[in-house]
Amino acid sequence: MITINGLEKRYGAQRVLRGVSVEVRRGSVTAVVGPNGAGKTTLIKSILGLVRPDTGAIRVDEVLVGEDCAYRARIGYMPQIARYPHNLTARELLAMLTDLRAAAPGTGPMRRDETLIDQLALRDQLGKPLRTLSGGTRQKVNAVAAFLFTPDLLILDEPTAGLDPTASAVLKDRIIAEREAGRTVIVTSHFMSELEELATDVVVLLEGTVRYAGSLGELLHRTSKANLGRAISQLMTEAAAA
Amino acid sequence: MRLLSPITTKIVTYELRDVGRSRWLFAYAAFFLLVADALLRFGGADKALLSLTSVTLFIVPLVALVFGTVFLDDAREFTELLLAQPVTRRQLYAGLYFGLTLPLAAAFVIGAAIPFAVHGVGDPKLLVSLAVLLAAGVMLTFVFTALAFVVAAFVDDRLRRMGTAIALWLVAAVLYDGLVLVLAMLLADYPIERMMLGLTLGNPVDLARVILLLQFDVSALMGYTGAVFQQFFGGAVGIAIASTALALWVTLPVALGLRAFKKRDF
Repeated sequence: MITINGLEKRYGAQRVLRGVSVEVRRGSVTAVVGPNGAGKTTLIKSILGLVRPDTGAIRVDEVLVGEDCAYRARIGYMPQIARYPHNLTARELLAMLTDLRAAAPGTGPMRRDETLIDQLALRDQLGKPLRTLSGGTRQKVNAVAAFLFTPDLLILDEPTAGLDPTASAVLKDRIIAEREAGRTVIVTSHFMSELEELATDVVVLLEGTVRYAGSLGELLHRTSKANLGRAISQLMTEAAAA
Repeated sequence: MRLLSPITTKIVTYELRDVGRSRWLFAYAAFFLLVADALLRFGGADKALLSLTSVTLFIVPLVALVFGTVFLDDAREFTELLLAQPVTRRQLYAGLYFGLTLPLAAAFVIGAAIPFAVHGVGDPKLLVSLAVLLAAGVMLTFVFTALAFVVAAFVDDRLRRMGTAIALWLVAAVLYDGLVLVLAMLLADYPIERMMLGLTLGNPVDLARVILLLQFDVSALMGYTGAVFQQFFGGAVGIAIASTALALWVTLPVALGLRAFKKRDF
């Protein structure tokens, strides 16, 4: 579904991505893991065209990122931090995103899926200005926005950070449901146990390079560890020793 | 070519809803309402127009820069969400620009015009002057919100952004004219009219001032650059040239800001 080739990105003197090449399989839930500052968010944002890489190419279903914006009609994105226009209500925000997608050329008929609104008990918060909502509630609005258009590809950056356990569980169930429906998901998280529950594939980033890319089972087998957390720390120790 | 794509129009519509509910916007309209009303109560419409010109040249750039900078800071993460939609950067940039500028310009026009409508202007010639004043205020809004976009594009730190915006205002609205005057005095023995014309073109606030004072035909208040303008071009031509230059002061910063916006990382 996504082919990334030789991606490099610098911020000033800092080399955030150093030649990243990865393939994301259609229908996989790909967990992008790595320590803070490894380049996870930069990689994700490059796929969305939010970050302009210095060199390298990304193709989403053969469409080169950076040329046309129509491919984003099929992506649902949940950013790490949810900040919105102060005076709009959540309902207006969702209506705005719907309007924008409806006005975008080449967008097919849209199926709006609002089940998350009720599952996250958000219905009676929709009429309030977004600035009055708590951080967790805004993160829920964020989740609703990402899943609203039944996208083929979901990109979720720390989706459960700031959510209460109930909401967190709802969201994880939803990701599993998307996986079973054959959709593609890219997810980052600091909770390894959570990723282990969701992911089929893992991409391990260390200091801007790919240390591992492949299936979760293969990673556990190769490092002969019982869980993802230990497997990752094994990889990090190996990298430090090398 | 269409000026605004359907997507840009949608973005503008929602930005209008957001900005339109800002208390600061209402305070801004109320400010001009009160000032214009007070000026009309204490003097005739002609004097009120002149005083309102000074207030406009001073306040409109300040509010456009400061409000614009705060708006863009707030819009940053929201920008990220919008760019993750099937929206091009150019469409979003246009949406943000008009979504910010239109309500600001409308607040100014409504605030400044209502007192004149209530009290009455009398002389139809003054009605034209009022229209020119409103147009100049709108143009200055377009110029200085565009400059706020340029500042936002090139200054990364939030505090330094606000500092740069205020410094820009200080130079344009306060210091520039003083510096021109000092220069004129230092070079009093030389023929410097052409240089003075060039300097006027370099400051949008001066350009607006020249347009307004040529329109009002009050050379005593024109300042050095205004006097040179009238001497060189006369009323109508002077206004046309200054207006063209002011329009360039909108398009160039907008283009510069757009270029940076297209390249930047979010």
